[in-house]
Order: sequence, then structure tokens, then C-alpha cells
Amino acid sequence: MNERNERIHGVACTFRQPADVFRAAEQVRDAGWTKWDVHTPFPIHGMDQAMGLPRSPVPRLTLLGGVTGFVTGCLLTWYTNAFDYPLVVGGKPFWSVIFPFPVLYECTILFAAFGTFFGQFIFNRLPRHHHPLFDLPQFARVSDDTFMIVLEASDPRFHVDESRNFLQSLGGSEITIVRD
Amino acid sequence: MAHAPDHASERPAILDKVRPAELPRSPLVLNHRGFHWITDKVCGIVEEPTPLWWKVTFCVALFIASFTFIGLTYLVSTGTGTWGLRSPVGWGWAIVNFVFWVGIGHAGTLISAILCLLRQKWRTSINRAAEAMTIFAVMCAGIFPLFHVGRVWFGWWLFPLPNQNGIWPQFRSPLEWDVFAVSTYFTVSALFWYMGMIPDLGAIRDRATTWWRKIFYGLLAMGWRNGNRQWSNFEMAYLLLAGLSTPLVLSVHTIVSFDFAVSNVPGWHTTIFPPYFVAGAIFSGFAMVLTLMLPLRAIYRLHDVINQYHIDNMCKIILATGTMVGYAYATEFFIAAYSGNAFEKFAFVNRAFGQYAWAYWIMVSCNVITPQLFWFKKVRENHALVWIICLFVNVGMWFERFVITVTSLANDYLPSSWGYYSPTIVDIFTFFGTFGFFSVLFLLFVRFLPLLPMAEVKMVTPQADPHAH
Repeated sequence: MNERNERIHGVACTFRQPADVFRAAEQVRDAGWTKWDVHTPFPIHGMDQAMGLPRSPVPRLTLLGGVTGFVTGCLLTWYTNAFDYPLVVGGKPFWSVIFPFPVLYECTILFAAFGTFFGQFIFNRLPRHHHPLFDLPQFARVSDDTFMIVLEASDPRFHVDESRNFLQSLGGSEITIVRD
Repeated sequence: MAHAPDHASERPAILDKVRPAELPRSPLVLNHRGFHWITDKVCGIVEEPTPLWWKVTFCVALFIASFTFIGLTYLVSTGTGTWGLRSPVGWGWAIVNFVFWVGIGHAGTLISAILCLLRQKWRTSINRAAEAMTIFAVMCAGIFPLFHVGRVWFGWWLFPLPNQNGIWPQFRSPLEWDVFAVSTYFTVSALFWYMGMIPDLGAIRDRATTWWRKIFYGLLAMGWRNGNRQWSNFEMAYLLLAGLSTPLVLSVHTIVSFDFAVSNVPGWHTTIFPPYFVAGAIFSGFAMVLTLMLPLRAIYRLHDVINQYHIDNMCKIILATGTMVGYAYATEFFIAAYSGNAFEKFAFVNRAFGQYAWAYWIMVSCNVITPQLFWFKKVRENHALVWIICLFVNVGMWFERFVITVTSLANDYLPSSWGYYSPTIVDIFTFFGTFGFFSVLFLLFVRFLPLLPMAEVKMVTPQADPHAH
């Protein structure tokens, strides 16, 4: 077979039911795989634990965004109203944390939301419009009603025939080699 | 505590035989619809040939939108004097319309963010359309203060951008807070809306047969692959955006109410304004959600995903918030009487019995009395009636803003400077046209973007539970 001569992305198989793919994911996790993924039309409750995934790192960027936003808001209101063009209005101080608080509050939320939004893209490595999986005809059904497990060739446990047999033993159907 | 064991031994034996009642939850998707049915239903709306009703409504909406265009063109070329604004009423329909549209937007965020945090699963089938409504309503709202500044070509002075005069916005003003609140609200709502849509755009991309659909939805879907490693980050980001939108939506209408409450005008200078404005916003927003969703549900036969349970819940929220608004009206009167301030007392008596009494009683009957019909199940099940009641609520909430804005300004401290405000035809054209503008945007959304969040609706079906049998 000339399979080994070509670059292989991994081996994929499909399931019809959430319960089946859930059980299969637990077994892949227990077998010690690290480079693999479960593709589902919707997030399955508890799948993160079934795959043994760590907590998502997105909140770090949310916090970073929020802190940046608050500091930006402070600097903006201080620079414009107290430093560059100080103006007495209503006997209020040139700058305090009180009177521009709505502005600081909105800046905090705005930047935190940007951190979250771009964090999702950064940690998901998106946008990425080419991917070997898009070449699989059955992959188009994953966004509809099909569930898929992909074992990637970059995992140290990966071996084409053994991985196929492993997926077979998990009850997967349509076992296919995904080429790069 | 010492008696506890005795108490346990006295427990009637019958209790061991009684099983706790299992109250079935109302199903969110009726007729046991499967995943594929949901995909077909939602993608089908985008994939079918453009229906005739859509073309007709779109043309009508464009025609109505042209009224705003004509109104604004006339305003800019002639001057803000063409609006009915003159001393003592400097804030007429423009501010009324602004608060009206921003308020409508708030239900979208309530559904997408607050109900998400409260794990109200019924939100899933309406949240996409409600979020779209939010964004388009804020766009309509933004038109009014932007043109109200007078010389709209200097609108960028609202933002802290360096200019040749070397001056900056003044951050002690609630109006400047409002600039930040509304622009942040629009941006965050748009991010939240788009991010939530990515998996569904991916689903349309995967089914696409024509080249333009592949490119359009492919680009928008950003290469989403439905991997659980992606879902994990996605769900976290979604939850965080919901968590950020919740204080945001409350702050936006709070700050809008500061535009009034921070001033010294009788009838405006009250601490009840922020919660009262937020309750009113949610009230009017839910009415608008039902106004939009009931016809769409009928046209696209979405009865299995937007069922009586959803409509009941929305009606009950309208009932609850409408009652809160009624309570706020009463509290305002009480506080005015209790304050001992002659001007405050006059402001409220004048609202109910003065020259704008007609507007006040339209407001009370639409906002306080009409929603009380939602106590009755028969009313909630009669969708034509629900739709009509929602129209009344929309009208009533517009009048609420009119009453607040205009009565206080027209009759404030000195009787010698009192006046009577009426809008001009330009005011009326501009406001009427925003309904067309809103409808144009909403119709484009219905036609080209996934109307329901497919992934989220699939998630709340019983077969999505991996531990189900």
C-alpha cells in the first residue's frame, strides 16, 4: 500500500449517536491519546471531561482585556480632562475615579469583550480556511447530525493500521484515512 | 435538635411508599424532531428561492426607510429648526425615539445574556433573532442623537479624537457617558451575535451548493470545524460574553436614564430612573420580540421550535415587567408628594392632568392595563391577541418616553417660560422611516443568516444528552 508514502493527517470515523461518541471519547482518552478531537454538531455536555481537556484559557485574555480597558479609560479621561486641557466644570475635580466612572466601566467591558472574542479565535487557531478534514465528504455532515472522532498522525501512538482497528473496536463506522 | 430523632421515628409509614412526583418539563422542541430536521428547517430558510412575501415586504420596507432618508436630508440641508424643537422643549421626538429604540434592543441582550447565565434553555430558539433585533434597534437609535447634534459633519467630536481646536469631550457630562455606553453596547452586541453565529454559518457552508454561498458563508464561518477543542473555547467565550453583556445592558439604560436624572428638571431628577428605565426597556423589548417572532413563526412554520411554552414565558415576562413599570409610575407620584417640593408635585400632577394628559393616559392604559391580560392562559394562547397586545405595549412605551421628556420640559419652573411642543412633519417622517430601516435590516437577516441557532437548539433536545437511553 502506498498510504505510508503520502503525508497523513490522521484517521477519522463517524458515529450516529451522542452516547456512542461519548463512550468512545472516554476510551480514547483512557488509552492516553493527546492529539485527537471529537467533532460534533453541537457542544455535548460533559465532553470536555470525557476527552480530558483542561479548562479553556480564554478567560486569561478576558481579564487582560478588562484590565487594559480600565487603565485605558483612566488614562483617556485623565489626559483629556485633567492634563491636556484642564477645564473646571461644575466644581468637580479635574480627575477622579468617580465622575468618569461610567466611561471606565464601559471601556472595561468593551476591552474585555474584545479580549474574549479574539481569545476564542486565537486559542481555536481560527480563521483557517484550509484543513485536511474539509476534504472528507462525511465531514460536511458533522455540522448536521453526525459525530466524528479524528486520531491525528502527530500523536506518538499513531499507527495507520492500529489506529483504524482501534476506531473499529470503539464502534465507529466510515473509518477513513485523512490525507494532508 | 434533641427532638429530631423522635421526630424521625414518628414519620408516617405511608411516606416510604410515596414517590416524589416527577413533573415533566415542557419540551422545548415538539414532535421529537431530530438533529437533521433542525438543520434542514433553519438552513432551508436561507437556501429556498426568495419567497414572494419577502420581496414585497422588502420593497415596502425600503420605501418606508426612504422617509428617514428624506427627513434627514431635509434636516441637514436646512437646519435642526425643521424639527419641532424650540425653547422651552429642546429635547423632543429625537430623544424620545432614541430611548425608545435603545430600549427595544435591551430584550435581545436579556435573552442572549441574562437568560443564558440563568440557564433558561427556552431562550435558544429566539435568541438569534432577538440579538439581531438588538443590533438593528441600536442602529435606529443612534441616528437620532447623531443628527440632534445639529451639524452632523462634526459628529466625530463626540469621540475623544484629536482635532484642530485642541479640545476634548467633557467626561463629567452624562451625554458623553451615553456615547461610550451606546457605542460599547453596539460593539459588544455585534461581537456576541457574530460569534454565536459562527457554528451555524459553518453548517450552511457545509451544505452549500452554489459557489457564492460557499464563499460567503465559508468566509464568515472562519473555517469552523466543530471540534470539541474548539467548542470548549467557544463555550467559554460565549459564557464570558454573556457575563460581560449582563452588566453592560443594565449599565446602558442606567446611563440613558442619567441623561435625565442627573439634570435638575422636576420629574427627571429622581433616583428611581435607572431601575425603572431598565424594567421598561425589557418590557418594550420583549413586546418587540413577540411582534417579530409571531409572524415569522407562522410564515416559516417554526411551531415545533417556538412553541406555546416560549410564548407563555415571554408573555409572563411582559406581564412582570409591565407591572414593575406600573409600580414605578405609582412610586414616582408618591415620592413627589412625599418630597414636599412644590415643583416636583406640580410636575407629576401636570403629567396626569395637564396639557399632555392625553399622552399620559395612553401610556398608562397601554403599559399598565393591557399587559394584565396576560394573566389569562386563554389570552396567551390566542396569538393574534398576543400580537395586538404587544403592539399596544410598543406604543405605550414610546409614549412613556414622550411623557417623561416633553412634560417636564414644557412646564418646568417659571410659568412665563412654559410652552407646548408639537413635532413637525420632518420629525414624523424621520421616525416613521426608522421602522422601514429596521425592517430592511431584519429582512436581510432573515433571508441570509441562520434565523435560529441550530447548534443551541440541537443541544436542548432530549436526544442530545449523551447519558440518555
